[in-house]
Amino acid sequence: MTTMSYREAMRTALREALAGDPRVFLMGEDVGRYGGTYAVTKGLLEEFGPERVRDTPLSELGFVGAGIGAALGGMRPIVEVMTVNFSLLALDQIVNTAALYRHMSGGQFSVPLVIRMATGAGRQIAAQHSHSFENWYASIPGIKVLAPATAQDARDMLAPALADPDPVIIFEHAQLYNTEGEVTAERQADIRTAAVRRPGTMVSVVTYGGSLPKALAAADQLAADGVDAEVLDLRVLRPLDTATILASVRKCRRAVVVDEGWRTGSLAAEIMARIVEQAFYDLDAPLARVCSAEVPIPYARHLEDAALPQPAGIVAAVNAVLGR
Amino acid sequence: MIAPPPAGPVPYEKDYALALLADMLRIRRMEEKCAQAYGEGKIRGFLHLYIGEEAVAAGAVRALKPEDNIVATYREHGHALVRGVTMNSIMAEMYGKREGCSRGRGGSMHLFDAGVRLYGGNAIVGGGLPVAVGLALAARMQDEARVTACFFGEGAMAEGAFHESINLAALWRLPVLFCCENNLYAMGTALDRSESQTDLCVKAASYGVQTLKVDGQDVVAVHEAAQEAARAVRAGGGPFFVEFQTYRFRAHSMFDAELYRAKSEVEEWKKRGPLHTFSARLKAEGKLTEEAFLALDHEANAEVERAVAFAEAGSWEPVEDLLLDVHSPEGRP
Repeated sequence: MTTMSYREAMRTALREALAGDPRVFLMGEDVGRYGGTYAVTKGLLEEFGPERVRDTPLSELGFVGAGIGAALGGMRPIVEVMTVNFSLLALDQIVNTAALYRHMSGGQFSVPLVIRMATGAGRQIAAQHSHSFENWYASIPGIKVLAPATAQDARDMLAPALADPDPVIIFEHAQLYNTEGEVTAERQADIRTAAVRRPGTMVSVVTYGGSLPKALAAADQLAADGVDAEVLDLRVLRPLDTATILASVRKCRRAVVVDEGWRTGSLAAEIMARIVEQAFYDLDAPLARVCSAEVPIPYARHLEDAALPQPAGIVAAVNAVLGR
Repeated sequence: MIAPPPAGPVPYEKDYALALLADMLRIRRMEEKCAQAYGEGKIRGFLHLYIGEEAVAAGAVRALKPEDNIVATYREHGHALVRGVTMNSIMAEMYGKREGCSRGRGGSMHLFDAGVRLYGGNAIVGGGLPVAVGLALAARMQDEARVTACFFGEGAMAEGAFHESINLAALWRLPVLFCCENNLYAMGTALDRSESQTDLCVKAASYGVQTLKVDGQDVVAVHEAAQEAARAVRAGGGPFFVEFQTYRFRAHSMFDAELYRAKSEVEEWKKRGPLHTFSARLKAEGKLTEEAFLALDHEANAEVERAVAFAEAGSWEPVEDLLLDVHSPEGRP
C-alpha cells in the first residue's frame, strides 16, 4: 500500500501500460516535452522515447481520428485530449467513427482506443475551460465512459480500458489530480461496477468524478448532525451500474444525485429516471439532484462557487428529502 | 478545365487493358441496376452513384497491393468492387440483407470488408482522412510495408479534417496516398464557389507533400499516376497527393434535381466518358473488337443479374439481434 496523488497514480498506470505492451503508445498535445498540461505524463517521453510518447499538433479532430486508425491497424493507442472542452473539436471522430465503426461494418472492425481527458470546473478558468460533458459521451452507444475519482481507481481503470476491444473514454476531473489516496499493488477496480465509498442507511448520495470529495464532505457534515448518508461513486458512466444504484436506493429509500453537469439533460436526470422507472415504490420521498447552475461557468471565484455543486448544497438537498 | 485527349498508345498488354475496361464496365452495370432497384424500392436510404467516375476507382485501386489499406467515402461502390468485394455481397448490402458485406447494418454508404482491407464507406465528408493517417501510423510503428490509400472528394478539402490529416501525415512522413476525386461539385456547390484556391495541388503542396494532377476520365492516366504515387509512398517518401479530375454524370444522390449545373456541361463531359473513350482507343489500337466488348458487357450484366438474385434470396437479420455489434462480444456490458 502506497500513498500517492491521483496524478501519480495515473502516471503509474500509463507507465505500466507502456512497459507491458509494445502496441501501446501515447499521443496528444504536449504529452511529451512539456510533460502534459497537468503533468500526468511527465517523464514518460524520457522513459519510452518519441515514437511511443508522441507530441501532436493542435489538431484534436486529426489526432483523435489518427488514434482510431492506429487502433484499427493493430495498435493500442492512448490519446490524451487536453480537456473535455477541446474534445468538442474531435466530437465527429469520437461519435461518428469510433463509436460506430464496429456496428456499421457488421462487426468487422472494432476500435480498441482509449481517450483520456481532463474535465470539470473549479479553478477560475472561466466558461470555455470549465465544461462537464461526461453525460454527452455517456449517451452514445458504442463507447464506454469511465470517471475514476480516487487514486486507486486512476491506477486501476486504465489497464482494463486498454484491454477492452472497443473505445473507452476516461474522464479525469482536474480538481482530483492533487488529491492523495492509498493505492494497493493489486488492482481493485474493474470497469463495470459502481463503488459504495461510504456505507449509510438514511439517504443514498449518488455521484461521480470531481463531485465525490464534495459528496463525502457533505456526508461528514450530515453525520455530525445525525444523518447516516451512503455515498455511491458511479465510476462507470456508460454502461451505468444500475443494479448497484437501485440496491443503494432501495436500502436507503431516499436519494440525491450530485452531478457537475448542467441540470437540463444531465446524467443526474438519467439516473433519476432509472430510479423512478425501477424503484418508484421503494421511495419514501421525491428524488433530488444537485447540479451546476444553468449558466456558463463564471470567472469570479464567488460566482463560480455558486454555479457548481458544493457540500452545503448537497447537505441542504439531503435535509430536504429527509423532510428536515 | 477538361484535359486534352491522351497522347500515345495504351501502354499495357491486351489482357491487362481489357481487365481495366472490364472493371469500369462492372461498376457501370452494377450501378445502373442499383438505380433501377432504387426506383423499385428494393434499395432505400441514400444512394450515391459513381457513374462517370469509374476510371478513378478502376485505375487507382488496381495500383494497390493486397496488403494496402483503403479508406473510402459514401460514393464507394466502385472502389469496393474493384478491390475485390464481391458484387453479390455489395448488392446484398444495398438490399439490407444479412449476406451483405456489412451484414445489412451499413447500406450503400458503409461498405466494409476486412478481408480486402476496405475500411469503409465513410459518410461524413472528410471523416475517413484522419482514420487513414492512423492506419498509416500503425503500419509504420509495426514495420509493415503498407500503403493506406484514402479517397475523398474535392469538397472534403474545405474541411478541417483534410488539413489536420495531411499536416499530420506530412509531419510524420506517413505512408498515406491521398486520392482526391475532384468531380467539381461538393453536392451542388461548384469548386469555385467553395474554395478560394481552386488548384487543389497547390493547396496540398503547401504541406510539403508531392502532388500530381491527373485526367481522371482516362483510366491509363489514372493508373500510371496512382502507381507512381504508390511507389513513392511505399519507398518511404511520405504522403503523396493525387488529384483525379473527373465528373459525375448522374445526380449527387437520388434526391437531386440538379439545379446547380447546366445540362450542356454534363453533355460536354459525357463526351469524355471513361468507358467509351477507352474502348475507342483500344479498338483503334487493335486490342478490342466490338464482339469482345459485347462479350465483356454481357459478362458484366450476367454478374449483375447473379448479384441481384443473390440479394433477393438473402435473409433479413432477426430483430432479436438488433443490439449485436454495438460492442465486441468480449467487451459487451
